[in-house]
Amino acid sequence: MAVTAARASRRSESVAGWAFVSPAAVIILLFGAVPIVWSLVMSFQRNNLLSPHTPFVGLRNYRQLIHDPAVVSATEHTVIYTALFVPGTMIVGLFLAVAMNRELKFIWLYRTAAYATMAISTISEALVFIWLFDPSYGIVNYFFSAVGLPQQQFLNDPSQALGVIVVMTIWGWTGFAVVIYLAALQGVPKELTEAAAIDGAGRWATFRRVTLPLLSPASLFLAVWLTINALQLFDEVYLSTQGGPLGATTVLVYYVYVQAFQNFNFGYASAIAYLLFIVILVATAIQFRVGRRFTYYRS
Amino acid sequence: MPSAVPGLARPKGRRLLPFSPWHLVLVPATIILIFPFFWMIVTSLETPSEALRFPPDLTPHVLRFGNYPAALRAAPFGRFFWNSAVVAVTTVVSNLALCSAAGYAFARFRFLGRGLLFVLIMTTLMVPFQVTMIPQFIITKWIGVNLLAGAGIGHIGSLIVPNAATAFGVFFLRQFFRTLPIEYEEAARVDGASRLTVLLRIVLPLSAPALATLAALTFLDSWNNFLWPLIAINSTSASTLQLGLATFQGAHATEWTLLMAGNVMSLAPMLLVFLLAQRYFVRSVAATGLTGT
Repeated sequence: MAVTAARASRRSESVAGWAFVSPAAVIILLFGAVPIVWSLVMSFQRNNLLSPHTPFVGLRNYRQLIHDPAVVSATEHTVIYTALFVPGTMIVGLFLAVAMNRELKFIWLYRTAAYATMAISTISEALVFIWLFDPSYGIVNYFFSAVGLPQQQFLNDPSQALGVIVVMTIWGWTGFAVVIYLAALQGVPKELTEAAAIDGAGRWATFRRVTLPLLSPASLFLAVWLTINALQLFDEVYLSTQGGPLGATTVLVYYVYVQAFQNFNFGYASAIAYLLFIVILVATAIQFRVGRRFTYYRS
Repeated sequence: MPSAVPGLARPKGRRLLPFSPWHLVLVPATIILIFPFFWMIVTSLETPSEALRFPPDLTPHVLRFGNYPAALRAAPFGRFFWNSAVVAVTTVVSNLALCSAAGYAFARFRFLGRGLLFVLIMTTLMVPFQVTMIPQFIITKWIGVNLLAGAGIGHIGSLIVPNAATAFGVFFLRQFFRTLPIEYEEAARVDGASRLTVLLRIVLPLSAPALATLAALTFLDSWNNFLWPLIAINSTSASTLQLGLATFQGAHATEWTLLMAGNVMSLAPMLLVFLLAQRYFVRSVAATGLTGT
């Protein structure tokens, strides 16, 4: 009697488990897991609008992308952008969070101003920055002329366009970085910094030797998170430069988009997307490996 | 003047300023952070000739709101707003429902295939959207043609269904449910409550903070999503705010006063919601940092 009851209850638990899980699982597997395999298969096919047949072509797409100068330069632009954006955002975020981590008059106002950048979409952000950095009528060029600097072409100049995109995205991510660092700073026990001060450490030494190590888990998280997002840069490029001028801002995702949804080379685009995936995996793995050496966990 | 508590007296000479020196850093930083918001509002209140003056005026002489009705005539921002709101709210509601059911089962039930299914779902978290977007486009198109016309390419349903449940939501809620004391749930089961009743009556009320966090993050994600609507939507009437704004920019490339009026209208609702519920959003974003480390 007891045995059958236990078995019946286990069976009902199994049925309930699948009933609870199925709706979410169907969506996630159909739109998340199946496409992973499907795009891998497509990356070994010739799959474009020219013909309805999608024959397997082995590694041809991958061989093609190694020799495609557009892929090589898109990879370079992606890496350069990431190398500028990630440290830039972290430094700005850390600096502001440290400045805001104290009781001051109007501190709520300062914090709200930083947080507000989180509410603005990438498209709105790009749209206002295109206007700010307009070569002819933009206010940034006016500020430049006011302090005697020469007028710049900004987004129209192949050597500056990516830099302008770095600036606008750092602005857009400032709120996020400040929130993460402020939360981490509030977890730094006062006793530790006070003890360091009593032992004669100056403010900078205390920050450098006590606070910064205690912030390292937050720094590692930010580095990984920002890198993953930076390698997937698309919206700002689409709105501000469409990959130009002269391809100077064509990053990997933008090139995938062009190949997939403007040229309809699904096979080739899938291969480039997998290259991006590998770049992200490698970058994340390196960060965790290097990060572990510099990360200090208290517990 | 001697301080009442001698030990807490500030050393003399440290106070050169009548206020904390940190204000000297924070005021310029705040001006830079706010300036883009300020400048788009200023431009949106100017006439085209005022906006193209060089050197520009930092404040408009007269407040002219004419650019706003003009922008509304040029593009249906009300429609865009409605579409974004429908997509975001539906996505949030379905994520809360589906992810809490799945997350609860993964946290508490033992069933055949649980481990494998969980690993499969977690794998999708690692893969960037760009890898899956082409098959997702094909699948969505197929669904629209063969199964459900309202969820195919070109309909706002195509923005909801693929995101109706997310691996992040399942994982996030499973982690939270596992921190709850199981005794209440066991006691309710002994009293004859069904598993669904336990979830709805006991577990979910205890999970309000986690559900609020998931709701805030899902809403922000959905509202600001651009790449998938760009691929899946091909008409003005089904455009979201972000897609509509991008199309609007393409059509009025140098009409800055019009563009900035459209931009202000597009970001004002989200900014307002954000400022009103700032505490929630900030806590939610900070929570992603804590789960991530």
